[in-house]
Amino acid sequence: MSEKENYRRPPRGRMREMMVDKPKSMKNAVLSLLRYSKKYTPAFITVLLLAIVGSVLAILGPNYVKKLSDVILEGVKAPLGVNVSAATRLCVTLLIFYACTLLFSYAQGFIMATVTQRITKGLRTDLEQKINRMPLRYFDTTSYGDTLSRATNDVDLIEITMNRSVGTLIGAVVQFVGSVVMMFYTNYIMAFAAIGVSVLGFVMVGAIIKRSQKHFVRQQQQLGEINGRIEEIYSAHNVVKAYGAEEKEQAAFSKINEKLRISGRNAQFMSGLMMPLMGFVGDLGFVAVAAVGGALALSGKISFGVVIAFIMYVNLFINPLTTFANSLSSLQSAAAASERVFEFLQNEELPDESAKKTRLTSAKGDVVFDNVRFGYDKRKEIMHGFSAHALPGQKIAIVGPTGAGKTTVVNLLMRFYEPGSGKIYVDGVDTSTLTRENVHDLFGMVLQDTWLFHGTIKENIRYNKKHVPDEKIVEAAKAVGLHHFITTLPAGYDTMLDDKLNLSVGQKQLVTIARAIVEDAPLLILDEATSSVDTRTEVLIQQAMDNLTKGRTSFVIAHRLSTIKNADLILVLEDGDIIEQGTNKELLAKGGAYAELYNSQFN
Amino acid sequence: MGRLIKELGKKELLLFFVSMAVVALQVWAELSMIDRMQEVTLLVTTGSGTTAQVLIAGLKMLALAAGGVLCAVVVGYAASLIGANLAYKLRDKLFRQVQAFSMEEINKFSTASLITRSTNDVTQVQMLVAMGMQVALRAPIMAIWALSKIATKSWHWSLTVVGAVVLLCLMLAAIFLIAVPRFKKIQTLTDDINERMRENLTGLRVVRAFNAEDFQERKFEAANGALAKNNLVAHRVMAAIHPVMSVLMSGLTLAIYWIGIYLINAAAGAEKVVLYSEMVTFSAYAMQIVLSFMMMSFIFIMFPRAMVAARRIKEVLTTEPKIKDGARVNGLPGVSGEITFENVSFTYPDAESPVLESINFSVKEGETVAFIGSTGSGKTTVINLIPRFYDVSAGAIYLDGVNVKEYAQEALVKKIGYVSQKAVLFSGTVKQNVVYGSEGRKNEKENVFRALETASAYDFVMDKEGQENARIARGGANFSGGQKQRLSIARALYKKPEILIFDDSFSALDYKTDKELRSALKKEMKGTTVLIVAQRIGTIKDADKIIVMNEGKIAAVGKHKELLKTSDIYREIAASQLSEEELENE
Repeated sequence: MSEKENYRRPPRGRMREMMVDKPKSMKNAVLSLLRYSKKYTPAFITVLLLAIVGSVLAILGPNYVKKLSDVILEGVKAPLGVNVSAATRLCVTLLIFYACTLLFSYAQGFIMATVTQRITKGLRTDLEQKINRMPLRYFDTTSYGDTLSRATNDVDLIEITMNRSVGTLIGAVVQFVGSVVMMFYTNYIMAFAAIGVSVLGFVMVGAIIKRSQKHFVRQQQQLGEINGRIEEIYSAHNVVKAYGAEEKEQAAFSKINEKLRISGRNAQFMSGLMMPLMGFVGDLGFVAVAAVGGALALSGKISFGVVIAFIMYVNLFINPLTTFANSLSSLQSAAAASERVFEFLQNEELPDESAKKTRLTSAKGDVVFDNVRFGYDKRKEIMHGFSAHALPGQKIAIVGPTGAGKTTVVNLLMRFYEPGSGKIYVDGVDTSTLTRENVHDLFGMVLQDTWLFHGTIKENIRYNKKHVPDEKIVEAAKAVGLHHFITTLPAGYDTMLDDKLNLSVGQKQLVTIARAIVEDAPLLILDEATSSVDTRTEVLIQQAMDNLTKGRTSFVIAHRLSTIKNADLILVLEDGDIIEQGTNKELLAKGGAYAELYNSQFN
Repeated sequence: MGRLIKELGKKELLLFFVSMAVVALQVWAELSMIDRMQEVTLLVTTGSGTTAQVLIAGLKMLALAAGGVLCAVVVGYAASLIGANLAYKLRDKLFRQVQAFSMEEINKFSTASLITRSTNDVTQVQMLVAMGMQVALRAPIMAIWALSKIATKSWHWSLTVVGAVVLLCLMLAAIFLIAVPRFKKIQTLTDDINERMRENLTGLRVVRAFNAEDFQERKFEAANGALAKNNLVAHRVMAAIHPVMSVLMSGLTLAIYWIGIYLINAAAGAEKVVLYSEMVTFSAYAMQIVLSFMMMSFIFIMFPRAMVAARRIKEVLTTEPKIKDGARVNGLPGVSGEITFENVSFTYPDAESPVLESINFSVKEGETVAFIGSTGSGKTTVINLIPRFYDVSAGAIYLDGVNVKEYAQEALVKKIGYVSQKAVLFSGTVKQNVVYGSEGRKNEKENVFRALETASAYDFVMDKEGQENARIARGGANFSGGQKQRLSIARALYKKPEILIFDDSFSALDYKTDKELRSALKKEMKGTTVLIVAQRIGTIKDADKIIVMNEGKIAAVGKHKELLKTSDIYREIAASQLSEEELENE
């Protein structure tokens, strides 16, 4: 359960976008998003109205162009020439039309952009806050990459689609309906011709696109395969070289590369076909209108202006269809993304504890485990009825081989996990009757996986204890022997901890110990120094920890047996269960697992 | 970009020129359609044509449209072929190049960056070539051709078109000037968000222990707010593009008609009809011109990104691997598994001070030599120099009496079985991983079992489904840390090299397994020279020679018991791991 192994790089946003992953239920995904965006209903209605008005204007436009060209054509044949005042009136009308269209459609885009940002910002905030309200169990079993990917990639995808598609789609629907209505209103014969030909074209294009899907899937698979391959081999560069396997890997790589070359070519070709084919459908409509319209105009059934108007209608009719086709995949992946986001937001939260009235503000440090049973998996109990008693000020050591579940004890003490049955008492108070915040306040904690955040050294030592004065922080730094080092830094205590400032592992651990000193909690949980700390720093850390534990009940996760021999109680863990407990002497005399572990270390 | 284009073969270049001709044909077809439209307009407006004539003109248009599409299909195919072939070649070259790199070049770029360069950057270039070819070829040809067709008609109209194009360019420029810097910032701001959320996630236990949820949420909110603000401006500006474009196009038609009124009124008699039909076609041409400019502007947006990608690819391809191959295949006759370090110093590239300074020691055949020292003392660097992951900065390393630089790399690594600090497994089967690099030997199965057994890996492999053919997931995810390490040790053992190098490979094992493995090694690999870098005293206590490293120099050499007496540093390390009684018992 190492965090580093657990973490997987989230897939790149663009790649995700290219892979069309379908939502489990389109309807539910869209509904959750709508429900979430409820407070923006007025904005959405405004956008809807603007889109309708804008599209109606776009549709009515050609009608006036038709009138304009009729007026001009009449003028061509009339001896007096074009009726300038009538024509100018039409021109001005059109000008106003276009100005309104511009205004409305920009207003629509503006509102949509604003609402989109509000919603996606809200989603990210909610995701972050949700993290802090969910049980640790979830994050111990799910990779961080997964959660991060929901907050960035998935929210991004929703953002892109809302920005790009929603406004366009509403407009497209109105345009589509409106253009059909206008075509039939203007001339039904030509309407049938234009629509018939366009639809025929689309059916053909659709058939081709459908057949091309498999190329995209194949390309996507092979792209994934080759990326994985590259990642695997590059990361193992040392080993590949040391085993002289370069040629073998090159050959294996070439095979995948060749497959990708073929599928990449086919997929790219197919996607390149979309545009010209759609264009061809447009041309078909254009030709149908020109030919049929021309013939009708010749026989005097319609004016030529009608033909010109129809050329514009055909465009208005075909554009939305192209928009639908293009938005479909983007809508699908956005729906899948929103499904993932809301799935996370709907996860079970930690139980509400606002009703709990018991409070424990300070503690002497008497801790009792009473017949505690626990399993990470409910069906698989690993701790079978554990009881122990720690008196105030005592040092309790937890030992066991790697992976024995030493952190389980911490998890239960801190109520990161709740025991299946049994109770844990602090100063005689059942911790499950206290709020989690209260329990956390009772314990100071220093973990081996040192966690520092992006901020100054001072902020890192003070952390959440806002009211601790600076002197206390300097005091704590002195206590762990960091003060001198910190004063040599360019900005002293205000030096930012980031990639540029490389603290050693040991120094990082000392900072976290200083943090625990500042917190000044009555009970302590300590994880011993890592093996990658050099000997001198290790002595420093040990001293700092010894100082910290003085007079406090402390639980120490031990990695070296030599440091815990003076512990008041040693808990020996194996496979998550406490199999032995007692003092060093008792356990050695017993000759059990502890004795074996103890002896194997030194021989 | 220029250099990358050179990667294209003759076939691709030929295809490119053919495509250019086909694009010209396509443009001709599309523009001819407009001319046929003019024909129809004239037939209809003068009333001189027959229905049959109109229909024939229609059929001609249909044929032209079909021809245009056919051309587009041919160009599209050529473009995707060229793009895919280029990507294939780039990936192949990149992979080959990276394989040839030494750790110095790998670290210079970082593995993560090399991965993006070989994957995403190649895809970027491929997209630009494939899509760019279709647009970048077509748009200028179309714009110029259409312009030349209408330039002679009426300067009033032409001026209108030029005005529209200028307006278009200005507006796009303004929009992009505001939006593009903000789009560039999105990545950094998203990284911030990512970092802060990851901070919260990795520190979840600490955050809760300190009841610091609000603290973290406030930090996140600051980054979130910055991103939202940035994106808001960018998207509000981008929202203008579509409305402006469409109004500009309809406005252009309107302007042409408006001017047309006066032109027609000024003309005489039959001229009027011609002018009218010209007006209709002119607006169609104008539309094509404006569209072409729009397309080109979008290419300009794509271009810088792809250029960056191309430059990053080029950087890798033009970086010469520092390590030059030698020619020797064998060491001095009769010598096997002997290593001598002669005054070796090593400085990491770009570092100021050396990591290793005047290292001298020699190892005889069959000896076990251990290196110990605090982090940063240079013990791993010492052994990394033997398989030439890096080359020494000064001095020389002799393997079997020959300078390692004189060996062909293949011959050199054949002598060495190397186990890295972090276990590396490849996706595949257990067997494939064990025989890695030594495929096709006799009695494969038997020897695999033997290597597994020596590495204490036999039992857990047998428990897996498929036994020695059990699947290993990418990165060895379906095995525990200790199991992975034992499998990677088995790989080194199967090789039966002259020299085994363990770079801190035992730390992932628990004490018991560590001990078992070492005693099995001793029995099985008799006569093999072994170099061990270790943290635990227990791991190396029995070594023939222990080299204590401190700040890049050899601080002491000797056996465990001697060192306890003679070396302060060794005693200090021992004291931190063993108790006083144990030290006294030694």
